[in-house]
Amino acid sequence: MTDTSPPAAPPIAPRRRLSFAWLGIVPFALFVGLFLIAPTMKIVIGAFQRADGSFTLENLAGLFTPSILSSYWISIKISVASAALGALIGFLMAAAMVLGGLPRFIRAPLLTFSGVASNFAGVPLAFAFLATLGPLGLVTVWLRTEFGINLRAYGFNILSFWGLTITYIFFQIPLMILIITPALDGLKREWREAAQSLGASAVQYWTSVALPILFPSLLGTFALLFANAFGAVATAIALTGSSLNIVPIMLFAQIRGDVLGNPHLGYAMAFGMILITALANILYIWLRMRSERWLK
Amino acid sequence: MKRLAAWAIFIFGMAYFILPLIGMVEFSLSMLRGQYSFEAYRVVFADPRFSQTLSYSVLMALLTIVFGALLVVPTAFWVRLKLPEWRPVIEFVTLLPLVIPAIVIVFGYIRLYNTSSWLPLTGSTTGTNLLLLFGYATLSLPYMYRSIDTGLRTIDVATLTEAAQSLGAGWVTILARVILPNVLVSVLSGAFVTFAIVMGEFTLAALLDRPAFGPYLQLMGANRAYEPSALSTLTFIITWACMGLIQLVTRFTKHDKAPR
Repeated sequence: MTDTSPPAAPPIAPRRRLSFAWLGIVPFALFVGLFLIAPTMKIVIGAFQRADGSFTLENLAGLFTPSILSSYWISIKISVASAALGALIGFLMAAAMVLGGLPRFIRAPLLTFSGVASNFAGVPLAFAFLATLGPLGLVTVWLRTEFGINLRAYGFNILSFWGLTITYIFFQIPLMILIITPALDGLKREWREAAQSLGASAVQYWTSVALPILFPSLLGTFALLFANAFGAVATAIALTGSSLNIVPIMLFAQIRGDVLGNPHLGYAMAFGMILITALANILYIWLRMRSERWLK
Repeated sequence: MKRLAAWAIFIFGMAYFILPLIGMVEFSLSMLRGQYSFEAYRVVFADPRFSQTLSYSVLMALLTIVFGALLVVPTAFWVRLKLPEWRPVIEFVTLLPLVIPAIVIVFGYIRLYNTSSWLPLTGSTTGTNLLLLFGYATLSLPYMYRSIDTGLRTIDVATLTEAAQSLGAGWVTILARVILPNVLVSVLSGAFVTFAIVMGEFTLAALLDRPAFGPYLQLMGANRAYEPSALSTLTFIITWACMGLIQLVTRFTKHDKAPR
């Protein structure tokens, strides 16, 4: 850990244009290079290589086999569903808090709780949902004994597409609340009053003023939630084991034991993951910059 | 009407948050048939692997925090002071761990630092522990950097540095005795997030095959019924405690600074 010592005093010559100030961030650059950039580049480059190191597109073509393609498809569906529902419920809750006339003392606790809940992901979250909606879970048993509703008879299973989606929503809603609340705060009272004085109804105000302004924020946050769900590994593994073939679970199995029978196909899968989360994040950043024109 | 709808939405959302927590706690208490008891917790506490994995993760979390602070404080300070034009680049790099999934990063580690590579970190236990530490530091980088950089924004770095220099302080003294005390709150709030992340982290520890708390949780979940809920409840309490401490620390300093 020697590379973490504070920047050793380099010869600083503030008045000269050529300085050695960059030496101060060498430890940081070294760390990031070795443990963030280089490993990622290794994966990206490996996705385009054969075992002997020669260049190829075979690995990427190998992604288009039915089993891998379907795992990407399930992953994307779960991510879209959980991001959409999480964004919708989170938006409604934030709107209820900011604009709906709920007492002000609710605000701080809700935001704090959102901070905690958005960090409460992974393995423990899966267990919480198993204990609630699993075969012996609180809600499952309650619905059966009190109302005679058997969730299983309706085809609901926590170890399924919807089970995973419902579980993911638990950390999606609070993330949405945390990100969208500042945007809702930024809606100026004058805009509503101006719309009203021109004779707009509440619905018209929302459809022609508020939502268009919020649209980049909403879509951008949706992209962020999508990436958030797409990269989630631990929750999925703890909840479903290997019964649901989503990309992170497949990649996990591939890293553990080369189940695909071709190490470089694993690189390609990982590269596909980076590509999808990167696209979602670029969309988020771009839309965020657009939304900041109006809000704030 | 509007307020009624607002309440309905709010209560629905809160039910969504709270029901799983109630379910989890209730399940963890019902190991003995027909009564509530702390039996599951007793079994958990009696398991030697529980204390082993928990203390391993706590130690790793503390080391990650120290390492992260030693890495980020000087860098963020230096960038603010001498290389402001580099700030967007550094900021972008620190946000990358949010874009690149953890499983991809650790996949890269395994391929890059395996036994036949130029830096065979995974060849020894110490090396693998070190790699896990660096991995955790990478995962917490976005939170650590943003927190500390925000803290530095509130103080006048240039003036403080010049004042310290004119009194004859060297760089280490400036960082340790002038800058660090001023951004301690930010470091702490970054530290608590880091702690919460490391305590529940599964992917890195599992794939590097280290005996951390996350993989232990998953293992218990695959084999037991009630103990996982007890463990989850404990994890939730740890997460809450960390977030509560962040709130407390930030609020405490606000009061501290107000009179001035």
